[in-house]
Amino acid sequence: MTEKPAEKTALSLPGLLGVLAALLSLTGLSIALAHFYEGPLRVAAALSIAAVKTGLVLVFFMHIRQAGKAVALSFLATVATLAVFIGLTFADILYR
Amino acid sequence: MDAALSFFETPSSPGQKGAGAWLFTTDHKRIGLMYLWVVLAWFFIGALLGLLLRTQLMSVEHLLLEARTYNALFTLHGVIMIFLFVIPAIPAILGNFLLPLQIGAKDVFFPRLNLLTWYLYLAGGLLAMVALFTKGAPDTGWTFYVPFSVTTQTGVTLSVFAVFVLGLSSMLTGLNFITTVHRLRRKEMGWLQLPLFTWSVYATAWVQLLATPIIAVTLLLVITERLFGVGLFDPSKGGDPLMYQHLFWMYSHPAVYIMILPAMGIISEIFPVFSRKSIFGYKAIVAATMGIAILGSLVWAHHMFVSGISDMAVLVFSFLTFLVAVPSAVKVFNWVSTMYKGSICMAPPFFFALCFIFLFTLGGLTGLVQGAAGPNVHIHDTHFIVGHFHFVMFGGTGFAFLAGLHFWWPKLFGRMYDFKKAYIGATLLTAGFLLHYFPMFILGLKGMPRRYYTYLPELQPLNFFEGIGAYIMVSGLALLFFNLFRSFRGPRLAVDDPWGATTLEWRTSSPPPLENFTKDPEVAAYPYDFAELAGKTKAAVKT
Amino acid sequence: MHENNDNAGSRLGMWLFLYTEIMLFGGLFILYSVYYSKYPAEFAAAGGKLELPLGALNTGLLLLSSFTAAASIESLRKGAQRAALGLLGSTVLLGLVFLFNKYLEWSHKFAHGIFPGSETLLKGPKGETVFYGLYFTLTGLHALHVFLGCAVLSACWVLVLKGRVTGGRMNLLENTGLYWHLVDIVWIFLFPLFYLIL
Repeated sequence: MTEKPAEKTALSLPGLLGVLAALLSLTGLSIALAHFYEGPLRVAAALSIAAVKTGLVLVFFMHIRQAGKAVALSFLATVATLAVFIGLTFADILYR
Repeated sequence: MDAALSFFETPSSPGQKGAGAWLFTTDHKRIGLMYLWVVLAWFFIGALLGLLLRTQLMSVEHLLLEARTYNALFTLHGVIMIFLFVIPAIPAILGNFLLPLQIGAKDVFFPRLNLLTWYLYLAGGLLAMVALFTKGAPDTGWTFYVPFSVTTQTGVTLSVFAVFVLGLSSMLTGLNFITTVHRLRRKEMGWLQLPLFTWSVYATAWVQLLATPIIAVTLLLVITERLFGVGLFDPSKGGDPLMYQHLFWMYSHPAVYIMILPAMGIISEIFPVFSRKSIFGYKAIVAATMGIAILGSLVWAHHMFVSGISDMAVLVFSFLTFLVAVPSAVKVFNWVSTMYKGSICMAPPFFFALCFIFLFTLGGLTGLVQGAAGPNVHIHDTHFIVGHFHFVMFGGTGFAFLAGLHFWWPKLFGRMYDFKKAYIGATLLTAGFLLHYFPMFILGLKGMPRRYYTYLPELQPLNFFEGIGAYIMVSGLALLFFNLFRSFRGPRLAVDDPWGATTLEWRTSSPPPLENFTKDPEVAAYPYDFAELAGKTKAAVKT
Repeated sequence: MHENNDNAGSRLGMWLFLYTEIMLFGGLFILYSVYYSKYPAEFAAAGGKLELPLGALNTGLLLLSSFTAAASIESLRKGAQRAALGLLGSTVLLGLVFLFNKYLEWSHKFAHGIFPGSETLLKGPKGETVFYGLYFTLTGLHALHVFLGCAVLSACWVLVLKGRVTGGRMNLLENTGLYWHLVDIVWIFLFPLFYLIL
């Protein structure tokens, strides 16, 4: 799988600044949520925001979409592996 | 036409001479051979330790070793055999040498990283020796279970750090091989034209890459536990010792697939050649290979059935364990079916491969017995387990490694060994193996625990008998290696392909030149097409 | 050697290395998830006692440093060597400030008797001991990676200065950038797990 030349797809400096602004805002949001939201989805919300921030870094700073199919697939496979490891461990933990 | 100089005569960088041409090489073939010598050295040490243990167990009254020494020896035997022999052997030796050849490449993708992995392997082994001579050999078993691994005063910290370093070597080898297969195979060679040994090393590489870091962090946690008392596995500090076991086996079970997948790859190469017929079910074997890599990573807690995990976990992991037997069985059926209506040629590699089928199948079936939750309660931590894993790791991987050595020896060294001695050695080995390891199933069912320096007197006859088997086995091994090394005295082989094989490594000289091929090899549409060769007799090789 | 002109291959190799880092931290995340499910109240109590302002500042610093790393690569690609050097240097500085903040945080904790194996922790609730065990292990391992990242980024800075890494030959810099972004991503998860579980 050849990499698409990054020149065609990379963001310019203002674009990157925009991504930074988004990241910082999301961080602020997560802090606000932690202080003001008492509901049952607190942890899920915090981790979801983290996941969105991660997605931004992956796409706009790490150019994962331009790294080829092998990388995109194997990245998902790695995250899936970790998720499955956690899940199977909970088959033990939750039912003790 | 002048034959090209072999890689033995050509250093990877011009001007390198003597030891430097090896220690600073970036040639995957030289690196593979450097691995061979060090791995074999560790194998001999591990085997001697095993023999010591078995000699001890031949008698109840006359004990060679006291309990603590025995504990240290079985720990060392396990650590050496697992981390310094069975895990690295096939990928680092045969994988390194053959992967680029099989895909028609000049080398791996990261040659200098490759050399680094060899140094890491060397360092890991040396660290283990330092541990031995400074704080004394650990007596925890190779599994380093907490809390004993945290409290014991022996050299655990250095030993687990040595395993950490060895893990780094393994992981980086996997990284290199994945990149190599993706980027360096010949343009004409699609995924479904890769030889099966290449596929097996590729699948293994993923497991090496993704599973090894788990044990890396777990061993680091043992070190921080010993040094700082962090408490993550300590119940008095809120920790759960079972979490150590979960994390440990999350790597160490996939590790056994790191051990067996390349071995199966070797068997898949040998059966077609000596049946003069293409492999039965190439795609099924590819699917089974990837299936084993994936499913095998999901079964780790079957090592923990009686440790206190939940019944739900026992159910789930037992089920998954039975599932993983399916692709392994598919492979066995396919290998045997390859022989059907083939034209069988006996040669030492094939003899080893046939023994593999028998021994691996027995080992695999006993694995199912263990994977069933009920029987597991009875046989856990008995010699039944010891028998099982020796059947699969030694009867399986060990025999496949020997098969591979005997198959590719002419390619590696341009020399052929004596067939008769090889057959005698292999027979002694197999007979000794069966006499030695089969009784362990019986002893286990009778309740003989593992990792004990002695046992109940009524079990002595079988133990004594087993010990005899061990000595027969070791004499077989001695003859086999003597025979292989003796070949260096013999004449140089002039033939590229003494067996009549179809994969690309046989389309270049034995041994190959530095950059592997003097002219671009032709990639067949199907890697195991024997139609052209079927009519020709096997190249005559003086035996 | 072929790796000199197969950038996609070199990139693949770097991503593969990043996967090993994901799994390395992953092992500790497995532990965190298990222990959080066991001690949710104690985790929240202990998390509330961590210094959120320092944690938030550190989050901001690392996010900013990811920006400067990405921006330095874009600048170099366009040939703006001086801008690239400035941005790359800033990345290293931000990383070092992060480490300094970490040192401050840890010192405060140690001063309050909170460290692995301490009397204070042993006397307190077990969930809290586990929380801090995970805290020191995870942030410690992360800090080690930040330090290593700063070292490699500094080496890149020198190579850019010497003209050995340029817009046309910046594999090393791009790969180092990938590593740095991963270190940032790990922190993106560590921050809520330790500071926002209140």
